[in-house]
Amino acid sequence: MVSIKQDIRIGFYVCHCGHNIASMVDCPEVARYVEKLPNVVLSRDYKYMCSDPGQEMIQKDIKEFNLTRVVVASCSPLLHEHTFREAVAAGGLNPFFFHMVNIREHDSWVHTDRNEATAKAKALARAAIRRVAFHKALEVKQVPVNPDVLVVGGGITGIHAALTLANSGKKVFLVEREPSIGGHMAKFDKTFPTLDCAACILTPKMSSVGNHENITLWSYSEVVKMDGYVGNYTVTVKRKPRYINEDLCTGCQECIANCVYKEPKFTDEFNEGLGKRKPIYIPFPQATPQVVLIDPEVCLNFKRGVLTDKCKKTCVEACGEKKAIDFKQQEQLMEIKVGTIIVATGFKAFDAKRVPHYGYGVFPNVYTALEVERLVNASGPTTGEVILRDGRRPKAIGIIHCVGSRDKKTNRWCSRVCCMYSMKLAHLLKEHTEAEIYNFYIDIRAPGKGYEEFYDKLNSEGVHFVRGRVGEVTDWSMTPEEEGKLVIRVEDTLVGFVRRIPVDMVVLATGLEPQDDAQDVRRLFNMSCGTEGFFLERHPKLAPVNTFTDGIFIAGCCQSPKDIPDCVAQAGAAAAEAMVLIDKGHVEQEPNTAYILPDCCGCKSCLPLCPYTAITFDEATKKAVINEALCKGCGTCVGACPSASIVQNLFEDAEVFSEIEGVLAD
Amino acid sequence: MSSPIPTPPAPWAPRIVAFFCNWCTYTAADLAGVSRMKYASNARVIRLMCSGRVDPQFILDAFRKGADGVLIGGCHPGDCHYVEGNYKMLRRFQLLKRMLHDMGIAEQRLRLEWISAAEGERVKTVINEMTDQIKALGPLGIPGKFEEWDREVTELAHRAGAVSEVTEATAAPAEAVTPIKEEIAHV
Repeated sequence: MVSIKQDIRIGFYVCHCGHNIASMVDCPEVARYVEKLPNVVLSRDYKYMCSDPGQEMIQKDIKEFNLTRVVVASCSPLLHEHTFREAVAAGGLNPFFFHMVNIREHDSWVHTDRNEATAKAKALARAAIRRVAFHKALEVKQVPVNPDVLVVGGGITGIHAALTLANSGKKVFLVEREPSIGGHMAKFDKTFPTLDCAACILTPKMSSVGNHENITLWSYSEVVKMDGYVGNYTVTVKRKPRYINEDLCTGCQECIANCVYKEPKFTDEFNEGLGKRKPIYIPFPQATPQVVLIDPEVCLNFKRGVLTDKCKKTCVEACGEKKAIDFKQQEQLMEIKVGTIIVATGFKAFDAKRVPHYGYGVFPNVYTALEVERLVNASGPTTGEVILRDGRRPKAIGIIHCVGSRDKKTNRWCSRVCCMYSMKLAHLLKEHTEAEIYNFYIDIRAPGKGYEEFYDKLNSEGVHFVRGRVGEVTDWSMTPEEEGKLVIRVEDTLVGFVRRIPVDMVVLATGLEPQDDAQDVRRLFNMSCGTEGFFLERHPKLAPVNTFTDGIFIAGCCQSPKDIPDCVAQAGAAAAEAMVLIDKGHVEQEPNTAYILPDCCGCKSCLPLCPYTAITFDEATKKAVINEALCKGCGTCVGACPSASIVQNLFEDAEVFSEIEGVLAD
Repeated sequence: MSSPIPTPPAPWAPRIVAFFCNWCTYTAADLAGVSRMKYASNARVIRLMCSGRVDPQFILDAFRKGADGVLIGGCHPGDCHYVEGNYKMLRRFQLLKRMLHDMGIAEQRLRLEWISAAEGERVKTVINEMTDQIKALGPLGIPGKFEEWDREVTELAHRAGAVSEVTEATAAPAEAVTPIKEEIAHV
């Protein structure tokens, strides 16, 4: 049994949190109960402890009543522990003489019986009162922050974040998996609702990234490893071989023109498979960096990716003196040191084949929205003319909304941008083809500046809107008008009957999904994912770009589906958050590290347990030693030490045992 | 003058001590709160930075101090904020589970769950399930049993004391041990 110390004077505060706690927990009763516990000098209940008057009350009481410990029962410590520690420190007490009790998220919000909830609040408060008596004064350690930043993902979000940081004088590493930055936005033709040309607004930003003295751009590269902690991350980046020396290539593209393949023959990924490219190619005209690359899977100088050196190598001849082509290039691993990381890895478009009744992949004239973006784009495979896969020009087009969104069979969430981009495509298709356009929607979601007005504009342009989720797309005709057409079967819920609408082209407004490897990226950067697989922010409202790992920020569609303005706003926010750390110059580390007591018997049980190799064995003293700078404070060695010779600050054995005793005592 | 009516003792309800890791399960429990999910009030959460900090002594101590069940919540394998603290705890958990079994403590009283920060729903389900299972098992009541054993030991000591006046004093401890062993077997 742990004994209660004599010189401890505890102040206890229970917060009503308006009605959030008080409606389910009898706060005055909890305060009365705690008042009678040993070592408690004063016990109060107050409406909002986190407010200024609440914090000032703590400070005043510390001085007036000579408090040596403070316990606040309110919300989650993950939310306000820091606030109250600061208040305690302002009152002249070591901030670690404080403990917080969670009676909101873990009590009032999850229980329905007032008596039970009050009893639980008392038990949790009692545990804290017992625990806090064992708290020790601790020092916060300051660690310098490396001012360099890593931005992962070169879509519009990553580009904007990198530029914001670079323009403020920070050194930025921008790592992009694809051969060029630009992301999905580079594929778009126009942007809603202003119908700005996507390339016109993105390309200048891309070239500033390429030319910026503060940005190191590594395209065709991936992050493979991250070590370290906030302010001091060591990141390993894999640079995939593009078989071109980036420093020597001028982007003249003579090699492409002189490739032994006279005609482009291979699937062009950038054009969503609608066009063809050669084995040596540049993804799109404005690609940044302006450097070609070779696809070893199809290049004749390789066989299934392995160098055979059997091609005539007309490309090398064309490159001439520049000697930029290097068939022997190997994958490279680069190690960089940064202080903060912004993850902007974007989204994956929903695979329309997962909704087989819409016929994607079965009927050639069923397209996904991204394919149509390329189709109407002047730099696309058809130079902007809408010519269908069978060579016809469409006279009627159906756009099906919510494919892979708001659907219990696939993804339940709303992808937020599909209504708007569907209407944008409707406008563009109408402009290019003068066809009849039908939008099939569940609800039109146009929440944004100028978005509703855009919807009104579309209505006035004569685009048809049919409310109803499409049942199927079929080529089975029932009337002569349907002959040779795709028929969209839909229940028009505004008129109340099932309609069959024959069209020449179907566009599927595919939703936004997490990237296939989002889970791997999450593990790489020590983040969490929500149930749907998007990266989890620290707080949905108050810390939308922070993660649970300090110094790692998220922005853009990897966090949730969003449009370009929101992505850019988040990118700016993430850059600002990174700058907070950089400009402050240091981070304060929670002093929850472990240390070894002199009675260590030298059994070495703890040595292999530490994933950070913070524990070493001192051969001279025959005892283990913990390097405080490397210790991250998990406490795994403490739990395993057979002789209880390791102590974790803030989670000492005595503290936890007294907490156990406290929650169980009546 | 009528003496005050004694308040009847509160009906027994399971008491569960839950050790949740800061990064996954504690956050999940916060999420359950923010999502206003409703679950049984029997679990009392103790926050640790990592499930790897869970010392088997914490679990034994909780039972000794009157817990009817102990729940441990950590990050999913491969997702530990501290790389692999959850695996380290898993080893101890497996060993302790066998020990508790040998001591006659029902398996359902100690539970380990991997609950990620996004799985608020899982916190609710697990706590409700565990509460129901322990309700069905009934109280564990280790502290009561301790008292009982202490009383018996004292009695035996008394008896032995009386005997030792005429015989060897060393016989007492040996005798005292046997009945305790039997009690444990009956738990």
